[in-house]
Amino acid sequence: MYKLIQIELYKIFRRPRTYIAFAAITALITIIQFGLKLDGNTYAEFMMRDLSSSITIDGNILNGYLVCYIMLQLLLVHVPLLIALIAADMISGEANMGTLRIMLTKPISRTQFMLAKFAAAAVYTMMLLVWLAILALFGSMLIFGTDDLFLMKSSYVVLLKNGDIFWRYVGAFGFAAVAMLTVAALGFLLSVFAENSIGPIVATMSVIIFFTILSTLNIPIFNAIKPFLFTTHMNDWKEFFDMKVTDTNESIIGSVLRPEKIINSILVLLIHIVGFVTAAILIFKKKDILS
Amino acid sequence: MVVLLGQNGAGKSTTIRMLMTLIEPTSGDIELFGMPLKTHRNEILRQVGAVIEKPDVYKYLSAYENIKLFAKLSGVKVTDKLIMDQLEMVGLATRAKDTVKTFSQGMKQRLGIGIALIHNPQLIVLDEPTNGLDPQGIADIRNLILRLSRDMKKTVVVSSHLLNEIEQVATRVLIIDKGKKLIEGNANELFDPAQTIVEITTADNAFALQQLAQSNWQQHVQASRNSNIFLKLDRQAIPQLHRDLVNLNIEVISLQPRHSLEDYFLQITSTNQHVQAYTN
Repeated sequence: MYKLIQIELYKIFRRPRTYIAFAAITALITIIQFGLKLDGNTYAEFMMRDLSSSITIDGNILNGYLVCYIMLQLLLVHVPLLIALIAADMISGEANMGTLRIMLTKPISRTQFMLAKFAAAAVYTMMLLVWLAILALFGSMLIFGTDDLFLMKSSYVVLLKNGDIFWRYVGAFGFAAVAMLTVAALGFLLSVFAENSIGPIVATMSVIIFFTILSTLNIPIFNAIKPFLFTTHMNDWKEFFDMKVTDTNESIIGSVLRPEKIINSILVLLIHIVGFVTAAILIFKKKDILS
Repeated sequence: MVVLLGQNGAGKSTTIRMLMTLIEPTSGDIELFGMPLKTHRNEILRQVGAVIEKPDVYKYLSAYENIKLFAKLSGVKVTDKLIMDQLEMVGLATRAKDTVKTFSQGMKQRLGIGIALIHNPQLIVLDEPTNGLDPQGIADIRNLILRLSRDMKKTVVVSSHLLNEIEQVATRVLIIDKGKKLIEGNANELFDPAQTIVEITTADNAFALQQLAQSNWQQHVQASRNSNIFLKLDRQAIPQLHRDLVNLNIEVISLQPRHSLEDYFLQITSTNQHVQAYTN
């Protein structure tokens, strides 16, 4: 199994298409960092425009932690497309190339084959997120320095102390990894049905867009299904940046406001991953290879 | 060497895909090496190498990398020497480091065969190995198949509809049509002039068959299509057949001995239109 995963990873990382995602993330992050470095103060002033008359904030608001937060808000919406490029190509791409025939005439079971394929897609997803973390978090910390993180929520503000932030990013990236694995699992499932990559990639994005709209619509009739949609839970990495307060409104260092929401979301996403991958294996085991 | 013959759509590729577990049979079971394929799949596939239809490999990898990758998948202990020997055998050693996308169809086919052979299988299955090749490519593949069969003593199953090519290499022939086996036999028997196929066209086929059934020729009747009857017999017996047909009151319009596999195959599997289209 380990050897199979190695082979699958070798195939992924020998294809030029794989590096499109890394290049896209690098370009986007570099542009955002460059823009904020040049004109970040205007952005910070714009962000603080409603509060500037009531509170005074000292220190470096536009620090590496805030820049990373801004980028995660922007990028985690688009990263699924980059993941779908590879995950939705895992089976359909092989069918399209004709290599599925030769692969499946080797002495490996279809279940092993599928598990190795998904494991490789998962490693790719993780590597993409690690790259995102390196550039967005560590890069921004290096360029903009570190300080307290000041975040504006819809009805209140959160001020996280400098020493209480890094672990939250570790948690947020961990959560994002589970969310992105769900996207990878969906793309992987859809790739079983097609013999070219475009269909499953478009289908994966279409499902995500469709479910995201359902998740955000404030129409009562849809409220019953929202908790079961994986898109409802994908943005809950933000929960790591909300903290509990005491009765006297003092923030509790090292706390998370709604840890049960994070756990619930992770469970829902994990159930989706297991469901998508199991369905993909069961369907593929019965599939006649006609490509 | 076993050759699976049939027209396009006869079921050759489907049969091979079932052998290689790419398609589930709708009924029945498959046994290879005395083991049921359903329960001993991996054990069986370790002893089989196959190229199914086009020899599709990873075009962005080199010939060397493709062989190495599939050798690992086949559970072979990979060494540089093993890979280069394999490439040497299929005549690609000088192009080992070139990516496959620069290869001609014939080179891809040879690489496909190299991959199929990397784990030294007992049985080699080649589905339409000469499809899309130029005359030189066809000759190369034919020679390679002959080497595998005669020099390396491998059992080779080849499916094809290119009869002239197959006639030269086959030792055993199996003709299928519409998913059914029509005939199976040693190539020597099927093509041997001493075992000539005689095609008789009669005015009344049913009557002719009835008369033959009551004669000593019954055992020679192979098939009957439209107004033609096919008998397999020693060439020297043809004059006697002539005499007996007259004596049996069969109105013979024509009697034609056929020798080649092509004639035999077409008459066994085709309608008259097919025969005409093929022979024109």
